[in-house]
Amino acid sequence: MSTPSRHALPVSIRALSKHYGTVKAVDDASLNIEAGELMTLLGPSGSGKTTLLMMIAGFSRPTQGSIRIGAEEIVHLPPHKRDIGMVFQNYALFPHMNVAGNIAYPLRIRGLGAAEREARVKRALDLVQLVGYGERRIDQLSGGQRQRIALARAIVFEPRILLMDEPLSALDKQLRETMQIEIRKLHDRLGMTTISVTHDQREALTMSNRIAVFSQGRLMQVATPDRLYARPESRFVAQFIGESHFLAVTPCARGLCYQGTDLKLAEPDKVAVVSPLLMLRPERLTLAPIGERATANDCNVFAGQVVERIFQGDSLLVTVRLGGGEMAHLRLQNRAGNAGFSPEAGTHVNVLLHRADAHIVSAEA
Amino acid sequence: MMESHVDPKRRLWLFALTGLVLLFLVAPTLIVIPMSFSSSNSLTFPPPGYSLRWYETFLTSEKWQLATSVSLRMALGAMVLATVFGTMAAYGLHVTRHALRGALYGTLVLPLMVPSILIAIGTFFAYAALGLLNTVTGLVLVNTMIAIPFVLVTVGAGLRSYDMNQEMVARSLGANRLVAFLTVTLPQIKYSVISAALLSFIVAFDEVVVAVFISKGEKAPLTQVMFSTLRDEVDPTIAAVSTLLIALATIPPLVLQLLANRKKESRP
Amino acid sequence: MAGAIAFNTDLLARQEKRERANILRLALPASLLVLILLFVPIGWLMSLSFLGADGGLSFENYTRIWTEGAYVAIFVTTFQVSLWVTLICVLLGYPVAYTLNLLPEKISNILMLAVLIPCWTSLLVRTYAWLVLLQRRGVVNSALIDLGLIDQPLQLVHNMAGTVIGMVHIMLPFLVLPLYAAMRAIDGNLLRAAGNLGASPSRAFRDIFLPLSAPGLIAGAMLVFVMSLGFYITPVILGGGKVQMISQRIEASVSLFPTWGPASALAVVLLILTAAFLLLSWIAVRKLTPVETEAQ
Repeated sequence: MSTPSRHALPVSIRALSKHYGTVKAVDDASLNIEAGELMTLLGPSGSGKTTLLMMIAGFSRPTQGSIRIGAEEIVHLPPHKRDIGMVFQNYALFPHMNVAGNIAYPLRIRGLGAAEREARVKRALDLVQLVGYGERRIDQLSGGQRQRIALARAIVFEPRILLMDEPLSALDKQLRETMQIEIRKLHDRLGMTTISVTHDQREALTMSNRIAVFSQGRLMQVATPDRLYARPESRFVAQFIGESHFLAVTPCARGLCYQGTDLKLAEPDKVAVVSPLLMLRPERLTLAPIGERATANDCNVFAGQVVERIFQGDSLLVTVRLGGGEMAHLRLQNRAGNAGFSPEAGTHVNVLLHRADAHIVSAEA
Repeated sequence: MMESHVDPKRRLWLFALTGLVLLFLVAPTLIVIPMSFSSSNSLTFPPPGYSLRWYETFLTSEKWQLATSVSLRMALGAMVLATVFGTMAAYGLHVTRHALRGALYGTLVLPLMVPSILIAIGTFFAYAALGLLNTVTGLVLVNTMIAIPFVLVTVGAGLRSYDMNQEMVARSLGANRLVAFLTVTLPQIKYSVISAALLSFIVAFDEVVVAVFISKGEKAPLTQVMFSTLRDEVDPTIAAVSTLLIALATIPPLVLQLLANRKKESRP
Repeated sequence: MAGAIAFNTDLLARQEKRERANILRLALPASLLVLILLFVPIGWLMSLSFLGADGGLSFENYTRIWTEGAYVAIFVTTFQVSLWVTLICVLLGYPVAYTLNLLPEKISNILMLAVLIPCWTSLLVRTYAWLVLLQRRGVVNSALIDLGLIDQPLQLVHNMAGTVIGMVHIMLPFLVLPLYAAMRAIDGNLLRAAGNLGASPSRAFRDIFLPLSAPGLIAGAMLVFVMSLGFYITPVILGGGKVQMISQRIEASVSLFPTWGPASALAVVLLILTAAFLLLSWIAVRKLTPVETEAQ
């Protein structure tokens, strides 16, 4: 995590709800965003992430709950008194002003003098690496440049926090990936508390210090990207972030078992969940010939038979039918050291899952 | 263009008929202009000779001068009020999700649907009670009401093709709703608002039926005077007045159209 | 903590309500004008229409409309004129809209000016122009005589014919504009597809183009009819006292008689007719509009 700037403030959301009649767009969400942190609200459309952002910005009024920036309660304030910078999905740059006019707008509204405005606009343009673009018209800018100008306009007045609503969704894939890293770098430099909304898990994983996952108005889990990936708390999060599939496992004497065999788990104390499922990620599974036991000490071993193999260039997709009839899907990297084992369909094999990757989620969450 | 499903011979007939109908539509407007320069007292066409005498009559007669001044004051007043009130209403109805939205919109466009004679006697009634008969104020107010539907429709269309996110951005950047509207929304819907203003001016300037009912003498607008003149005699001064009205009604929209086009072209 | 948060539900709801009301209040000045100058007086008129000559509650103002020959004649004239105007507008307007639709958009946009120019021209000016054009020795009569079509000038003005011509001229753009828009929206591929499927051009027109343009035609025709019912200026000037429509009668009653009863009853009937036909046209258009466009 980046060092927070001296001005950065934490944001605290408590018991926040937005109900439309009987529909709960956001239901009792509580979330702390630390000073200087980049938090991403991630979820499919209709999950409530955008509604939450709009409530923080002040464009949607919650049914109940509290939003604090630092110590100040802002939930009753109109948007223009919240001192929050915001980047909109389509950037919404003002077409009747040039680039400098757009960036100077919040400064003009705040009554800053011309000299001060000019200096700040210059600094902001410098920050987004568009020095000399001040006189350009908006329709002369490319998508990526518009994105940067929107960002410059949102931070030029040094707001207490920065909000971004799907900031990269209007860009093509390649530019999106460049901008993800650029935003991350910019955030590191500014250390401004930032809340971003996206439905793109890769964008969330790349940019964020922490991610809050939403589903159907409920906050499912808040965690760092790697933690979220490795230790999802629910089936929903496991499936939404990365690829995964599941094996139903049953409680037994020393923990959890699959087909009568004890499982070696990453967190053995966390087995007391309702309807436990073992999470399988294709890239974390490996194959070994039957009878080879050398690497199996720290691994869970599932015997099965190869059903299908699909060559995909950089990787090989293998489907194995396990003892209980379930299918396990594996992604084997196509690299020199790994060429050793790619069995034909019909071969009996062992599927290996390292203890550190053996994670249990509940089928009910 | 669409592929024709008419054989060429019938097509010729269609074109001929269309040409005649279009001529029928523009002829009256066009014929008034040469008539106004006629040197004759009678309404013969083509005029036996040309002169400016009817314009001279118009410019020197007190009756016409007075009426023109009433009309201008009335139309300007109605233009300002209808544009302001109508734009406010159009914005409010565009933004709101209130249950009353539809009902209010229906109410505000009603003056467009109610026959003028009903507005005329209704206003006569109301003004008799309010003491507004034969006043410019009265004319301004009723024409404001008549022009508001036009503003509502024109500005409403402008707002629909405008990205309301822009105003949200402005508000997030520290502008309150009014400032955001004035600095960001208004500059971008200005052509709709100017069109609406011009339209209100023309609507008010051209209104006859209500004016006939609620005004007379010194406080009568041009249309009222023209109407009563037409009823009694055939005065070629009316051709001069009409030509001026045509110029008034066609030149501003054309200029506006040209300005809008030029603006569009300058943006690749 | 939870208690303190639950507490702000009411405050937030109040704020939300206030903001919604504030936004709606922007429509207040405009609404007030309509209320004071339209709703109140027309409500008053309505109540007056139920007052008899003796000041008591009575339907005599309405029964008179059905029983007295003079009133019946006015309604007959009004409907006659309106029907003629509508019919002629449809017969002239449909081919014009159709032809404009056949032409390339650039050309039809220019020709469209001919439809729009009359709209910009004062109604009074146009009525005056028709007076000039249609008089005994006017341009139309001279042209007809020069062409050898007639020997004696026709009586074209100060009668029903003059009124209808003047009104058609005013109403025609109201038919052509929506109809042309509706035709432009028809997908040319449908007609081509019909042609490929073996439909003759006239068959394709009858089975596809006509039904698809029908909502625009009906809407336009209804609008023309409804607006014609309330005409005042044109019949006064071009009718020369020989054409009496409802509006004129209302004006006459108001300025000639001391009581408002008869005029207000006529006003109420005109209002109801207008509302009824507008509603009817709305229903007709909804029924005729193909389902797929409704779903959009």
